[in-house]
This record gives sequence, structure tokens and C-alpha cells, in this order.
Amino acid sequence: MLTIAMLAALGHHDELKLHIRATQNTGVTQDEVKEILLKAAVYAGVPTANAAFKHALKAYSADGEGGHAMTESSVPYRHERAGTHPPYLHAAYGSTVKRAPSRAPLPLAQTLSETTGPGANGWSWVGAEMADLTRQHKGTPIGERMIVAGRVLDEDGRPVPNTLLEIWQCNAAGRYIHPNDHHDAPLDPNFTGAGRMVCNERGAYRFLTVKPGAYPWRNTKNAWRPAHIHFSVFGPAFATRLITQMYFPGDPLLAIDPIFQSTPDADARASLVAAYDPELSEPEWALGYRWDIVLRGRAATPVQTDAEH
Amino acid sequence: MPVRTTTASQTIGPFFHDGLDHPAWSDLTAGGALGQKIRIEGRVLDGDGQPIGDAMIEIWQANAAGRYDHPEDSQAKPLDPNFRGFGRVGTAKDGFYRFTTIRPGPVPGRGNAMQAPHINVTIFARGLLKRLVTRVYFADEPANAADPVLGTIEDPSLRRTLMAEASVAKSGSLPIYRFDIVLQGKGETVFFDV
Repeated sequence: MLTIAMLAALGHHDELKLHIRATQNTGVTQDEVKEILLKAAVYAGVPTANAAFKHALKAYSADGEGGHAMTESSVPYRHERAGTHPPYLHAAYGSTVKRAPSRAPLPLAQTLSETTGPGANGWSWVGAEMADLTRQHKGTPIGERMIVAGRVLDEDGRPVPNTLLEIWQCNAAGRYIHPNDHHDAPLDPNFTGAGRMVCNERGAYRFLTVKPGAYPWRNTKNAWRPAHIHFSVFGPAFATRLITQMYFPGDPLLAIDPIFQSTPDADARASLVAAYDPELSEPEWALGYRWDIVLRGRAATPVQTDAEH
Repeated sequence: MPVRTTTASQTIGPFFHDGLDHPAWSDLTAGGALGQKIRIEGRVLDGDGQPIGDAMIEIWQANAAGRYDHPEDSQAKPLDPNFRGFGRVGTAKDGFYRFTTIRPGPVPGRGNAMQAPHINVTIFARGLLKRLVTRVYFADEPANAADPVLGTIEDPSLRRTLMAEASVAKSGSLPIYRFDIVLQGKGETVFFDV
């Protein structure tokens, strides 16, 4: 990247094109190259930088003398902003100690393998009834009936359409139907706790369920998980795959839950907590919680040519 | 600049099976896919070499011609209507998993490079606050020598962790490729930040 800045400043445009093409193998994005050239404008003067911009555009365009076309499919997804996701090793959550890799993951410049992903033609078997967790058995499950709804968006606020959401949760008493859950709380014969739906073309989803209970776990003495619903989301690409948990506002256990607290950034943590939404609540029927899910956006938009004017 | 922060990852936890497990999804060939049918199998192990019995593995791969079933793959190669390229399986108590799939064709990398045939892998588990990503390459594949991703890994002992080794299959059974996933410590798999 330093090389690009110097070549731009010195006006060595042929070499510049070569190096810009090389960035496509190292994961440096068009936006980043654009930023470098803008900085070069500050130091080397606007006319020099403008010329560099034109050559960068050429390197990115299909006509750019053998340069790889920067098609939509090769625009990578952005990397996580520092602190907005948990680390692998978080000693307060004991299970990470023997499962977190000791080496940092190796950076991999995204290719078609990462910018494509499952689901393009795959979720037609998901029926509307799967979004209602209260009607999967003969009777009605016990607990506080609730609606959870929201949208799946990308970082730029654009809806992520038609993607599969899978949720699972314990029952109102804090017990999963899972055979390995030995918590001494009753199972509910009318509740499995699993739901699916494909969000619509505007990214909107809506589940009907009962509010899950808190439950104890063996992480530390007298540890209890705050009430939560597990969410699995695909998004448009292998790169956007996400599994996370949605929490409830005002839960005193959030402050001491090492899984919730594992994300360093306070705003990022807060965005895992749904909002009670009176508009979403249905009178005499169910409480409404609103929760949006934000997936990675694309790192680059086509290079703007405004600098030429 | 992005206007929103991505939703933070959280662990899949130990109780995901009722929500996520679809035993049929471990066989990607059920619809009659074209290509060489194979098995990918192995164990998922922790830093003590102990099996991880509550992991979930997902794979995403190109078809036998080297094309992904996705609108952004515009290569002039045939799609296989009977192959979607996505699989999922939970590990058994002894950490064992198995996929039945087809050997993928090569797909383009960045620039003009071709990538050697590979399968993209995601691992979720209790104790993993976010997913791990790795790739299955085929140890007997000549194209590995020119693969741009493998080319960035100089240490042969690290490269080896990405190689599925052909193991001796019983006569009449599918070719088996063995791919263990070691989360930590001796033989730790190379994971990628994609």
C-alpha cells in the first residue's frame, strides 16, 4: 500500500497499475486504494493524484490491459471492526480455553469461494408454519407468549433478502428439550423450541414463541445464563454466515454473563439486546420484541470519479 | 463508511441439535449429483486431543465442473441442478463426522490465478464464540502446487493440516478422504480469517 502511495506521488503510472492489480491478491480493497490516492492528493498535489486515479480505474476495469475485472462477485465483504466481535479465547467462558486456536487465523483474500454461499436455490422447503413455535404440538406451550421480529440488514443498512433464519431456545422454565440438558426444570410437552423462516425480500422476519427462561450452567459456581434465543443466519455469502444470540432488555444477568460480555465493544454488545416494542405487541395476545440483525457489507463500491472535477 | 455495526457472533452452545441438525444434510449427493462421489470424514479434537462431541460443521463447495450454485458465479460452466454444494453435520460423541459429496472442480481465485479444488468449511461449537473457517484440499491433487492460498503457507507441517488424505476404502465403498480438525495444540488446523 505504501508502494502505491509513492508511485502515485511520483507519477509512475505503469508501475502503479501493476501494483494495484497485485492488491487484488492481498485483499486490499478498492476503497482502501482510493483512500491512499486521496492521501497522495494531499501531499503530491491534486493533478498528480487525479492522474493516478484514472490509472487505478483502468487497472480495475475490464479493459485495463489484462487487469482482473473488478466484478461485483469479486468485491470482498468487509472485515469486522476491532472489538465488535468476541475473541476466540475468553477465559471467563471456560469452554474457550481448550477450544480456542493458539494461532491467529490466517488472512485469506476473499475469492468466489467466499463471496458465494449456500441458499440461492435452497430454502423452498421452509414453510410459513415453521415460524410459529407455539403451534407445533397438540396444546399451547406454557409461558409468556411473545413475537420477535425485525430485519436482516447489511452494514450499509440495505436489506438482506430471502435468507434462512433458524432459531432455537429453551422453554419458559429454562429447559431445553435436548437430551443433554439435565437442568431440574420441567419440560413442556407442547414446546420444542425450534423455528425457521426465510425472511422476505425486504429482509423482514417474524417469529411467534414463548419467552425463554434463564437457566444455570456450570461455567462457575452459581452461574446463570440470561434468557436468550439462538439465531442462525446465512446471508448472501459464505463470508456472511453468522450464529448469535438475542437477549432481552433489563435482564440483570447480562452484566455477569461471560458469553454476552465477551464482545469488548459496548455498542456491539448492546445490539444483541432486543427492544420491547409496543407497536409490535398484539393486544390481549403477545408481547413484541424488535431485533435487527446486521451482516457484513461489501468492502467497496465502484470507484467514484468525483476527484476529477 | 458503514452505517451499522455487524451483529456480534455468539457461541452455538451445546443444545443446537433440535434447531439445526438435519441428518439428511450430510449427504450432498442425495439428489443424484454429477461427478466423483466421495466421503469426507474425520474427527474434531480440542487442545488436549479430546474429541469434541458437540460441534457442527458446514461445508460449501463448487460442483464437479467447478461452479458454485450462486448468482454471483457467472463462469461459463454448467450448473448441476442436482447439486447445491451445501452440507451440514453435527459431530458424534467421539468427535466423528462424515459427509458424502462429490469432488469439486477448480474455481478461479483472485487475479488470473486458478484455485485447486477445495471445500470451504465452517466449524461451530460450544466454546467457540465465533465460527472457525478452514478449507479441505485433496492431498492427491496436482493443482495444489499452484494454489494461491496454499502458496501463502510456507511451513509444510501447516499445509498438511489442510490436506484430506485418501484412506483405503473397502472394496465397493466410496473413496474416503480423511480430514481431522484440531482446534488447538499439536497438529492444530490452519484456520482462515475470511
